[in-house]
Amino acid sequence: MTNRDDVIRIRGARIIDPFRGIDVKDDELHVAGGRIVSRDDVRDGSRPVRVVDAHGLWLVPRLTDMHVHLRSPGQEWKEDLVSGSQAAAAGGFTIVAPMGNTDPPVDIPSLVEWQRHRGDAIGLVRIFPIGTITHGLQGERLADLYTLEQAGAVGFSDDGRVVASARLMRAALSYSVSLRHPIIEHAEDRALAEGTVMHEGDVSQRLGLPGVPEQAEALIAWRDVELAGLTGGRLHLAHVSSLGTLAALAYAKRSGLTVSAEVTPHHLYLTDEAVEAWDYNPVTKVNPPLRPQSIRQALIEAVVSGLVPVIASDHAPHHADEKAQPYSAAPYGISGLETSLGTVLTVLLHSGRMNPVDLFARLSKGPDQVMGLNYPGLLTGAEADLTLIDPNARWTVDPARFYSKGHNTPMAGEQLTGRAVATMCRGRWTMRDGEVLEADGE
Amino acid sequence: MQDLLGLEDLTAREIDELLDLAQALREVVDRPIKKVPTLRGRAVVNLFFEPSTRTRSSFELASKYLSADVINFSGSHSSVQKGETIWDTAQNLTALGVDAVVVRHGTSGVPRQLADLLRVPVINAGDGSHEHPTQGLLDLLTVRQCKGTISGLKVAIVGDVLHSRVARSDLFGFRALGAEVTLVGPPALMPDSFAGPGVRITHNLAEGMRGADVVQVLRIQRERQAGGYIPSLEEYRERWGITRHRLQWADADVVVLHPGPQNRGVEIDSDVLDGESSRVLSQVTNGVAVRMAVLYRLLGGTYDEPR
Ligand SMILES: [Zn+2]
Repeated sequence: MTNRDDVIRIRGARIIDPFRGIDVKDDELHVAGGRIVSRDDVRDGSRPVRVVDAHGLWLVPRLTDMHVHLRSPGQEWKEDLVSGSQAAAAGGFTIVAPMGNTDPPVDIPSLVEWQRHRGDAIGLVRIFPIGTITHGLQGERLADLYTLEQAGAVGFSDDGRVVASARLMRAALSYSVSLRHPIIEHAEDRALAEGTVMHEGDVSQRLGLPGVPEQAEALIAWRDVELAGLTGGRLHLAHVSSLGTLAALAYAKRSGLTVSAEVTPHHLYLTDEAVEAWDYNPVTKVNPPLRPQSIRQALIEAVVSGLVPVIASDHAPHHADEKAQPYSAAPYGISGLETSLGTVLTVLLHSGRMNPVDLFARLSKGPDQVMGLNYPGLLTGAEADLTLIDPNARWTVDPARFYSKGHNTPMAGEQLTGRAVATMCRGRWTMRDGEVLEADGE
Repeated sequence: MQDLLGLEDLTAREIDELLDLAQALREVVDRPIKKVPTLRGRAVVNLFFEPSTRTRSSFELASKYLSADVINFSGSHSSVQKGETIWDTAQNLTALGVDAVVVRHGTSGVPRQLADLLRVPVINAGDGSHEHPTQGLLDLLTVRQCKGTISGLKVAIVGDVLHSRVARSDLFGFRALGAEVTLVGPPALMPDSFAGPGVRITHNLAEGMRGADVVQVLRIQRERQAGGYIPSLEEYRERWGITRHRLQWADADVVVLHPGPQNRGVEIDSDVLDGESSRVLSQVTNGVAVRMAVLYRLLGGTYDEPR
C-alpha cells in the first residue's frame, strides 16, 4: 500500500486535461499527499518515489459521472455505497453524484452528510450527493435547498419523477438564483408517458408494446427552458433523448440562458431495435427509452457540437429478480458505471467524431461546470483525481464481472474499445488493471 | 418451425401448410366420436396468465381431439403470486414432462421469452398487443374456405388496430399470402408504421370498405374512451360501426369476421353479425381445427387421412 507521503511519479502518459485544454504526449506528473506536486517539490529526494510507467496510456483528470443511482439508503439489495463506489472506481470515475430518489429520499441535510461521509470512509470515489427538489419527492413543496447545499449537495433533482407542477418548477428555478448548484429535471410529461414501456415508433408498433412519443420529454424540456428564461434560474436537463429537447437547448443557448443537459452512453450506442434483438428481455427497459437511429444520430451530434456538454450514465442497478419480470412489470434502468467510458470511447472517439480533449470534457469539465465545482485541472496543488486509460484495449462486456450489484445491461456481450486501467482518487490508487483496491479505512 | 410465436415469423409456405393441415383435420371436429390417436401419450399445458375461456377451451378441445393429455394452469391464482417468477412456473411445469406449452399473457413478448428458455415447443395463445397467431390462422382458413384463395383479396381490418393482437396476426398473415390489406379506424388507433407495400391506412370507413372481399371487425373496448383515443363508443359506432347499410360498400360476396367477444350495437350490428355475410361461427369451429394443426405440427404427430 502506498504511503500518503510517498511520491508517485507517472511517466510516459499522454496527458489530456480538458480543464486546461491541454493534450501533451509523453509527459509526466507527480503526486504526493493527495495532490499534484511539481517536479521541484520532490526533487530533494527526502521522500521515496514510486514510478509508474504509463507509456501508451492516456491520463485524464477528474472523470465525473453526475447521474448515478447508488440505491442507499433503503434499497441495498440493488446497490450500496460500497458496491457503487467499487463500480465507479472500476469504471474510471473519481466523482459520482448519486440521485436523491432513495428510500427515504435525500431531502434532509443529515442524509446528504451521511452519503458524503460514508463515501469518504469507503475512500474509492468522491460521493457528491444530489438532494431532492421537493420534500419527500412529493412534488408539492420545495425541500430546504439551501440547507441541503450547505450539507454538501451539488444539485437538486426529483429524478425518476418529473416536477409536474409548472408553478413548483418555477419556484425551484427562481430559488436556484440564490444557490450555487443546478436544478436537474427528469423531463417527462406524465400523462403522455403513463402505461408506456418503450419508445413509440415502428418497433413498438410491431412488437405491440405501449410506446411513449419523444414529445413527452420535449414538452417538459420546453416548459422548463421557458421557466429558466422567466426566472434566470440554473437548469440542467437529465438524460436528454428527444429532438424537441435538443431544439429547446439550442434555443436556450441562443437566448443566453443557464441551461445545460446530459446524455447517456446507452442512448448514444443503442437504438430501440435492441428491444427486439433482446427478445423482449427487460434488460433494455430504461427511462427515457432507447430511441430510433435518427434520434441517436442527433444526440451524437449534440455531444460533438457541445450543445450537450455532459455525458452521464444514469447508472440504475436492479436485482436480477426484479428484471426477471415481463417487460411491462420490470423496473426501468441500466447498470452503467462500468461500461460508460468504453461505450463513449467506442462511439465518439474510435469513430473519429471527436478529439480526446473535447470528448473527455463531456466527462470531466462539463459536469464540473454544471455542478459548479471549479476544479482547476492538473495544476500543482490540485487534488490528485485521475484515470489512466488504454484507448485501444478491446474488451467484451461481461456483467458477471461487474463490481456493481446490478448486472442489468443491454451492453452485455458488446465489444468495446477503450477502458480505464487505473483510477486514482485523492492521490491514492483505487483501481489498477481492472481490480478495485481495498479501501484503506483512513 | 419449433414454436408458434407469431405469423410475422412465418413464410407464406409455412402458413399454407398449416392451413392445409387444419383443413384436413377439420373433419374430425364434425365426427360423432371426436378422437384421433395422433398425440396419445403427449401432454400439453395451457398456461393462461390472462383469463380467456374461449381460447383456452378451443386449445383444450384441440388437444383432446388429438388424444393429448391437458393441464390447465391459470396464472392468476397460483404460485406466480407466491414470489415465483413465471419462468420458474413454466420450467417447473415442463419438468413434469409436458410436451408443449400454450401461453396467454397480458404482456407482449412473454411467449418469445418462454420459447428462449424452454426446450419444448411454445404456442402463443395471445400476448399483450402483439400477436394471436392461431386467431390469424383461423381467420385465414375461414376466408380460404369461402374464397378459395387469399392472394389478391381486398381485406379491411376495422377498429382498434393499435391495441389488437388479432389485427397484427391478421395483417402479417394476409399480407404474407398476397392480400391487399386496408386498416380502417380512428387516427390514434392506427399504427402509422404499418403502411407499406400491400398495406394502406385510412380513417374513412367508406373508403376502407369499398369493394372489400373480407371485413375483419375488431372489438372496441370502453377503456379507449377513458384513454382519449375516441370520444365515446356512441360516436365510434357512428363513424366506424359496421351496419347493414354500410356493408353494401363492400363486395356483394363480402365475408364478415369478428374475433369475439362482440359488442353488438357498437363495432358491429346484430343484423350483420347474424346475417348471411357473417362467418363468426365458422371461425370458432376453424379455431379448433387450426389449433389441432399447430399442435400436430409442433409435436410431430402422425395422422392418417381418411379416404
Ligand atoms: Zn431520470
